[in-house]
Amino acid sequence: MPIVKFILSRTWIWSWVAAAGAFMMVMALTQGRGASELAYAALSFGAFAAIVGLGQMLVITLGPGNVDLSIPATMTLAGTLALKTMGSDPNTAILGFTVAIGVGILAGMMNFALIYLLRLPPIIATLAASLIFQSIAIWSNRGLRIKPPEGLADFATGRTFGLPNVALVGLGLSILVWIVLERTVFGRWLLAAGQNLRAARLAGIPVEFVRATTYITVAVFASIAGFFLSSFSGGAALNMGQEYLLTSIAVVVIGGTSIAGGMSNVPGVWGASLFMFLVVSMLNSYGLGAGVRMMLTGTIIIGIVIAASTRRTRA
Amino acid sequence: MIRLFATHRILLPVVSLAVLLAATFYMQPRAMSYFGVNLLFNLAVPIALATVAQMMIIMVNDIDLSLGAFVSLVACVTATFLHDTPVLGVAILAGLIVAYAGIGALIHRFDLPAIVVTLGMSFVWGGLAVMILPSPGGAAPTWLRSLMTVKPPLLPMAVVAAILIAGLTHLLIMRSGIGTVLRGVGGNATSVVRAGWPVLRLKAGAYGLAGFFGVLSGMALVGLTTAADANIALRYTLLSIAGVILGGGEFVGGRVSAVGAVIGALTLALAASFLSFMRLSPDWQIGAQGAILILVLTARLIFTRRDKEQS
Repeated sequence: MPIVKFILSRTWIWSWVAAAGAFMMVMALTQGRGASELAYAALSFGAFAAIVGLGQMLVITLGPGNVDLSIPATMTLAGTLALKTMGSDPNTAILGFTVAIGVGILAGMMNFALIYLLRLPPIIATLAASLIFQSIAIWSNRGLRIKPPEGLADFATGRTFGLPNVALVGLGLSILVWIVLERTVFGRWLLAAGQNLRAARLAGIPVEFVRATTYITVAVFASIAGFFLSSFSGGAALNMGQEYLLTSIAVVVIGGTSIAGGMSNVPGVWGASLFMFLVVSMLNSYGLGAGVRMMLTGTIIIGIVIAASTRRTRA
Repeated sequence: MIRLFATHRILLPVVSLAVLLAATFYMQPRAMSYFGVNLLFNLAVPIALATVAQMMIIMVNDIDLSLGAFVSLVACVTATFLHDTPVLGVAILAGLIVAYAGIGALIHRFDLPAIVVTLGMSFVWGGLAVMILPSPGGAAPTWLRSLMTVKPPLLPMAVVAAILIAGLTHLLIMRSGIGTVLRGVGGNATSVVRAGWPVLRLKAGAYGLAGFFGVLSGMALVGLTTAADANIALRYTLLSIAGVILGGGEFVGGRVSAVGAVIGALTLALAASFLSFMRLSPDWQIGAQGAILILVLTARLIFTRRDKEQS
């Protein structure tokens, strides 16, 4: 059956299967109660992971060694500065959003400047930059606990057509990324640079422009996630980005994007983001302690990576 | 002069450390004593051991994002099992080293991305640590405590330990036959295979060595702090990577330096003390560490680039 073959040949299908599996496991325990609530929560929390995951995916697509470790710091900085600017005043949501985007653009430019001008490996460059972003966030956040403006908080926690607004934002960004990757010249450039940087450069592709744009995009995505996350959770906190460093890389790999670069997978990032949330709620609902939960999460991630690699070698 | 720096890669880390040390003594002359130097470098011992562990992984072209969680787990085991039931404690620590070697073999066998596998392992180590020690506590074994607080003549313990670690790993990695082959795996794995070496076992060996030094790091940390916590060493992951790079190591090609890695770790540890002597607001301390990192790497870039232009 060609349809089945087509579906099975998509690498993103596995992350969705895994997410559905985790969903079923929770439902088996609750005998089907709370299905819509769980799906709603998964979409809300998964959206943040998906947004930062999309950015990380673009960077990883650039090829081996490319990864952004400054995502958590950028999220925190964007959330902190945006909330500080808005100062809980109503009707300042647009202003705050602009500040967040500005932080993202500056952070991305700083990262790329270190990579390009100082020839630093991206891991070290984004790591060093993240220390500086963190300091700025600590300095500007001192003892402040500013609530987001009411309208913005309502938007971040609210829903439209039964879907969480943050999930709709994430969906919009995903469609944008998908169109850019699959239907534009820039997307082709990005994939070409990821597959073979030297060949891409010799073919006349402005690879440094592509890399700069990608590093700025990941920082802007992190800022958007940070902006909505701080509005969603009633204020910015210095550790709010922490868990997204691991999450952003994990969802990219589980979603079927090649860690060797040159191949992106947008739907997979969503499947993996939902899966990451659902696994935690599954382990939670089975009443496991924090330690066991972490251990199983790690084992599952490694298991999926091994499964994906054996599939790759067979194909 | 520039030529000198470019041909002897170890010089730049040494000079960075010397400059930072001179600046620290200038800011705080009282630190220039047996006791002062020991205080400055005390916490550098576990960081140096963790950096050497990270170096083993970077040597074979991988990167370990689980090291901080692993050192934390070792610290928890040391403060509980090794203290209460030494035999069981030693067995667990040995088991952890074997597990590390196993991960290396797994990564090589299935050609997995090390960055992702170690990321997953950081959850596993972290989970185990939380299970062993849900809240901060435990106690350091007496012998470990006295080993870490020993006062050798002439030089403080921290300096003696750093010299020992640097010397022994230098012999192991740069001088011994197996060390050369291990660096060869990072340089060109295919040619090592062609030369008839079992790369799977070599890679497992490199990871095993990393596990061994990770265990030493966790034990040294508990010897200093006398108690443990599941999150005690999480920042070691980033510190150790930065230490290896500061010490002149490269991410690819098996180009690492054992002495450089230890010096890099000392520089990072000293940077923290230096910044607090400068009365820098604590808000900016983390950022200033990032700035120091960027500064040293910029210096390295200038030297290597000049060298290329001249030759």
